Amino acid sequence: MGNRSIVPYGPQHPVLPEPIHLDLVLEDEKVLAAIPSIGFIHRGLESLTSKKDFNEMVYVAERICGICSFMHGMGYCMALEDIMNVEVPRRADYLRTIWAEMSRIHSHLLWLGLLADGFGFESLFMHSWRLREKILDMFEASTGGRVIFSVNTIGGVLKDMPADMLADFVKQLDEMEKEIRDMTDIFMQDYTVKSRLVDIGIISGEDAIRRGAVGPMMRASGINVDMRKNGYAAYNDLDFEVITSTKCDSYARCEVRIGEIFQSIDIIRQCVAKIPDTEINTKVTGMPNGESIIRLEQPRGEAFYHVRANGTKFLDRFRVRTPTFANIPALTQTLQGCQYGDVPLLVLTIDPCISCTER
Amino acid sequence: MQEIKKDLYLIDKAELLTVIMEKKNALWRLCQICCSYPKAENHYEVTYSFANGYDLVNYRLIAERDEEVPSISRVYKSAIYYENEMHELWGLNVDNIKVDLHDKLYRIDVETPFLEKEGE
Repeated sequence: MGNRSIVPYGPQHPVLPEPIHLDLVLEDEKVLAAIPSIGFIHRGLESLTSKKDFNEMVYVAERICGICSFMHGMGYCMALEDIMNVEVPRRADYLRTIWAEMSRIHSHLLWLGLLADGFGFESLFMHSWRLREKILDMFEASTGGRVIFSVNTIGGVLKDMPADMLADFVKQLDEMEKEIRDMTDIFMQDYTVKSRLVDIGIISGEDAIRRGAVGPMMRASGINVDMRKNGYAAYNDLDFEVITSTKCDSYARCEVRIGEIFQSIDIIRQCVAKIPDTEINTKVTGMPNGESIIRLEQPRGEAFYHVRANGTKFLDRFRVRTPTFANIPALTQTLQGCQYGDVPLLVLTIDPCISCTER
Repeated sequence: MQEIKKDLYLIDKAELLTVIMEKKNALWRLCQICCSYPKAENHYEVTYSFANGYDLVNYRLIAERDEEVPSISRVYKSAIYYENEMHELWGLNVDNIKVDLHDKLYRIDVETPFLEKEGE
């Protein structure tokens, strides 16, 4: 038996954009167990239901995360629309889908940049974030915001995108697609990248389910589940296949996310071609009374919104289970048996978002 | 077991572990556990959500303020975080969590911040 030791990893670490702590139980350089610990940035946003009314909670939901802010607002609104039996105009569904897919592209580009930086691949980091800036520019042009958008409302959306703006977005995405393709081809074929990711951090499909994994973490282990196939917003009008891999390793998780960038570009093209000309929101009156559970496919995986209303303007409960919260148990499994030097890259392959996790 | 709405069943404590074992053996994924304390009801409601592909089913357990609910963390490892969260934020007594973090999941000073204190 080698030397056993416990090495603290995080909460402050060069590869961690947000604080998470792991106690790594090592035998020489081999990780025997990883004990995660969170709780550095808990804000108690769910408890604001006792102080903010159900309309104001849209803006609280958006502030759960700076990357998935649009989708948190959308998930919350969809739950309230379900409780209040509100039919959202079809154009609003399409607009939500376009913004949701733009969120996915910018989230995956952000993740790719961070992963590249974790390798010391700094030019790729800068190229990736340069392209992400273009998506943020599109958000700013269409919503007025780059991080918090405030375009979701119960009953639809608050801003429209004119036809010339949509055409311009498609043109920009066409140009970006080629650049992203060139960049990701180089990255995924790189010898160092393959040697650090292939056959590292393996989790089988069955283990992914048993540990409650979601999103690319689960799909890279061969599980064909993507909540967009449930047909919310405009997804039931769109043609797309769930991207999966059966390799179950860190490289597969990267392949799935990169594949989803191109898929999102294609989905936006389809939305622009099919978007109907209707109103963008419906007037909603009365107080919500009832309960709803909504599941959305965020960039990091399935997000779960559980809302319970009591007929007053203050909700009984607004619960969000974010994808990273679900992926932490699977992360600890992938870390078991890996080498100490692989820990930073393995943590990045789940694309952790700790702000979301702690809410 | 009583269906109170589509895909939401009310179960009692005695049924919980049986239901959980059935779900585990059929390879259902634990999606979440949600604790709430509706003002009008004056008791805890703990909702366990499971998914299999795109199917979703929810089981709800009712617990009084000082009552203990059994932990499912020995069956579903991912329940550790949900159960510690329920105890730390809501004050729900969960019996025998496999890794009890003793109110240190979120490193907060306030005791059971989500539970409305009596008299508030």
